[in-house]
Amino acid sequence: MMRAAALLLLLALFAFPALAVEPSELLPDPALESRARDIGRSLRCVVCQNQSIDDSAAEVARDMRRAVRERLSAGDKDEQVFAYMVARYGDYVLLKPPFKAGTWVLWLGGPIVLIVAGGLLLIAARRRKPIPPPEPLDEEERHRLDHILRDAALRAAPQDEDFREKPHPEERPQDASRRVG
Amino acid sequence: MNRRLLFLLPLATLALMAGFFAWSLLAGRDPASIGSVLVGRPAPRLEVKALRDGEPPLTDALLRTGKPTIVNFFASWCTPCLAEHPLFTRLATRDGAVIIGVAWKNKPPEAITWLKRLGDPYKFAGADLEGRTGLDWGLSGVPETYLVDGQGIVRRHFRGPITERDVNETILPFLKGAK
Repeated sequence: MMRAAALLLLLALFAFPALAVEPSELLPDPALESRARDIGRSLRCVVCQNQSIDDSAAEVARDMRRAVRERLSAGDKDEQVFAYMVARYGDYVLLKPPFKAGTWVLWLGGPIVLIVAGGLLLIAARRRKPIPPPEPLDEEERHRLDHILRDAALRAAPQDEDFREKPHPEERPQDASRRVG
Repeated sequence: MNRRLLFLLPLATLALMAGFFAWSLLAGRDPASIGSVLVGRPAPRLEVKALRDGEPPLTDALLRTGKPTIVNFFASWCTPCLAEHPLFTRLATRDGAVIIGVAWKNKPPEAITWLKRLGDPYKFAGADLEGRTGLDWGLSGVPETYLVDGQGIVRRHFRGPITERDVNETILPFLKGAK
């Protein structure tokens, strides 16, 4: 049982999403093919919202993979292949949108919000007046406080011998000599 | 600064979101739309062999005749194409529209049988068996329809079947207005 579970887990670790690229599509030149894969991974299949053309089994995705390989075989640079696709399908086809007038909000929105919100928080923190330290108690007040605290403690645990043997340093009881240790 | 104004912040956020949602619902915004980069630009290359036997292949010249043209990608295996087909038939017969049909990833005999059964509204018909022309036209599937003016500029790109409303509000005015 355990062994089967372990095996299943191990197998799951080796499960990768299956590529839709079919063997018949591959280019004979491994270098070109690997470039085609890199490009295919960053091109969006136009009928499947958020899947690359390498991952998609759609007809259009297959055509696009073929076109990528044809362009590469014809000697195109990677940028030219991307430009070829953008000319037909627009920026939509790029899984990573380019930085330009229409997309700067997308790219800079997050950092801007972070900087603005962080700046506001910082200013608010600086403006806040520090809490003044409490005024020290005078002699009489300290005395009263000690009394109150001791009475409260005695009320809470009157039967606790150990507690009673730990008197306040300023008010040692008469029988302090009886203390153990 | 008035601290009470801060309490309005969540309310303002809610109002902003509600406004966005209302706009999305009412303005007919389609987040799944991928748009088209072809609109306003010269139509892509049209080099495709004829669907019907004995006809010359289609060329770019068909798109630069000075008359507006409708280019429709279809396939016999495509159900929405079936749905929009009567509209093209009517555009061709009643309104005299020049319609170029391209059978996309469709074996010619099957496309021809389909057209025989339903009627053939296409003045010119091409067969794009491997989808190469479709790719050049930024096609994402079938049916898709392009309105190309007399100078060969794409004026409108419909992804998906055209509707009665598209015909009345867009296509007929285009046919009348484009030179």
